[in-house]
Amino acid sequence: MRITPIAAIVLRQLYLLRGGATRVLSLVIWVAIDIILWGFMTKYLNTVTAAGFDFVPVLLGAVLMWDFFTRVMLGVTMAFFEDVWSRNFLNVFGSPISITEYLAGLVASSIITSTLGLLVMLALATALFGLSFLAYGGLLVPFLMVLFLFGIALGIVACSFVLRYGPAAEWFVWPIPAILSPFAGVFYPISTMPTWVQRLAHALPPMYVFEGMRAIVTGRTISMMSLVIGGALAVFYILGASVVFTRVYRKAVRTGLIARYSAESVS
Amino acid sequence: MSILSVSNLRKVYGDTLAVDDLSFSTEPGEIVGLLGPNGAGKTTTINMILGVLEPSAGRIQVERHDLATDRREVLLRTNFAAVYAPLPGNLTVEQNLRFFAMLYGVQAIAERIATLLEQFDLARFRHTKCGVLSSGEQTRVSLAKAMLNEPRLLLLDEPTASLDPATAREVRAKIRNVTTATRVSVLWTSHNMYEVESVCDRVLFLSHGRVLLEGNPRTLPQEHGKSTLEELFIAVAREPLSLES
Repeated sequence: MRITPIAAIVLRQLYLLRGGATRVLSLVIWVAIDIILWGFMTKYLNTVTAAGFDFVPVLLGAVLMWDFFTRVMLGVTMAFFEDVWSRNFLNVFGSPISITEYLAGLVASSIITSTLGLLVMLALATALFGLSFLAYGGLLVPFLMVLFLFGIALGIVACSFVLRYGPAAEWFVWPIPAILSPFAGVFYPISTMPTWVQRLAHALPPMYVFEGMRAIVTGRTISMMSLVIGGALAVFYILGASVVFTRVYRKAVRTGLIARYSAESVS
Repeated sequence: MSILSVSNLRKVYGDTLAVDDLSFSTEPGEIVGLLGPNGAGKTTTINMILGVLEPSAGRIQVERHDLATDRREVLLRTNFAAVYAPLPGNLTVEQNLRFFAMLYGVQAIAERIATLLEQFDLARFRHTKCGVLSSGEQTRVSLAKAMLNEPRLLLLDEPTASLDPATAREVRAKIRNVTTATRVSVLWTSHNMYEVESVCDRVLFLSHGRVLLEGNPRTLPQEHGKSTLEELFIAVAREPLSLES
C-alpha cells in the first residue's frame, strides 16, 4: 500500500473543505445543535429528579459519543459520495490506485472530519454544560477507538451499498445511526430491553462502550473484557466490510457498472 | 516492442456480444484510430484497457505487463481522457492536477503541473474551478491530466467531440506534437473522419465488436472502392458484410 494515493484522497477533501464554508458548517452544525438540545434537557432533568444523580455525563456524554460515531461513519461515506456526485469513478478507478488505498483514503478523510466535529462538541459540552471527560478517565481513549472502528466499518458497508445499487441508494446511509441507536443501549442500560434485543445488542460494539460509560459514572466496576470484546467485534466488522466493498467493486467491474455508474444499474 | 498488445479480447453482457475476439497492437509514437458506428465496441474496448471493465476473455498487455495480473504497472503507464469523464468541477485546475498526479505517483508534481499548464495554455485558469470552464478549456484540462504521468499509452475517447473546429484543430495539433515528442502510443476514437484522416497513422474499423478493416486512413477508402473515409465509415455502419471479404 502506497501513502501518496491515500494522501490524494485526503487532500481532495481538504480542498473541498477549504473551498466552501457550507461544507465546514455541515460538519459542525448538527453536532452543535445536538449538544445544545441535549445539554438543556440534561440540565432540566437534573432539576426535577432526586438530588445526587448527574445526567450530564450519562446523557450528554452518550450523545457526544454517539454523534462522534455518526460523524466517523458519515466521514467515510461523504468522501465516497464526492466521487459519486462528481461522476469521477472512471478517472479514479482508471488510475493506479488500489481498492485498499482508496478505502484507506476514505478512512483518513473521516479521521479529519470526525475529529473536527468531536472538538466542536467537546468545546460546547464543556463550556456550556460543564461536561468533563475526565470523569471517564483513561478509558475515554478505548471508548472513542471502539466507536471510531465501528463507524468506519458501517461507513464502508454504506459505500458498498451505494456502489452496488447506484446513487439513488444514497438515502440508505442517512438513517443507519438512528436505526442502530435503540439497540446499542446509547441512552439506557440494555437490561431495559427485552431479552432477544439484548442478544442483538451484544453484536453491536457501541453497546460495550455505553455500558462501560454508565458503569464508570455510577461508580460500578467496568469489565475490561467486555471492552476488549467490543473492540474485537469492531475490527471484525471492518475486515468484513472491506471484503464486502471489494466484492461489490469487483462485481461492478465485471458487469460494467463502474464504467456506466450514472445508469445506476446495468440490467 | 509494441506498447499495447490486445489478444483475443471478448466481452459479453448477458446475451449481447459487445467485443468479439479483438486483437491488435500499437507501436511507440503511433496514433491508432478506433472507428465504428455507435455500439461497435469502441468504448467497451477502451474501458477494458483502462481496467474498469473486466473482459470475458482475452489478454491486455502494456509494455509486456499484463493488466489481469499487474494492474498497477499497466495503469502507471497508461492515462486517458474522454468527453464523458470530465474532472470534478468543484476543484480548481491546479487542485485537480495535483490530486491526479498523486494518484499516478508523479514525482516533482509542482514542476510537472507548471509544464502542463504552459503546454496546454491553462496557466491563467490555474485557480479556476473546472466546473466554470468552457468545454474547450475542460478538454484541455482533461488532456493535461492525461499527460501527467508521461504515459506510454494514451487512450482518448472522442477527445474533441464537444469542441468548435478551431479549438479541435488546436487540440489535435497539441496531441500530435506530444506524440512526436514523447513517442507515446495513442488509441483515439472519433466520429470525425476529417480528424481521423489528419491525425491517425492507422485505423481499425470495428463492427459488432470485431475488426472489419485495418489500414492507413488516407489510402484505405480507395482500397475498398470508396472515395472518402466518411463513405467507408457509412458503408461499415450500414453494410458491414459487403466489406468483410
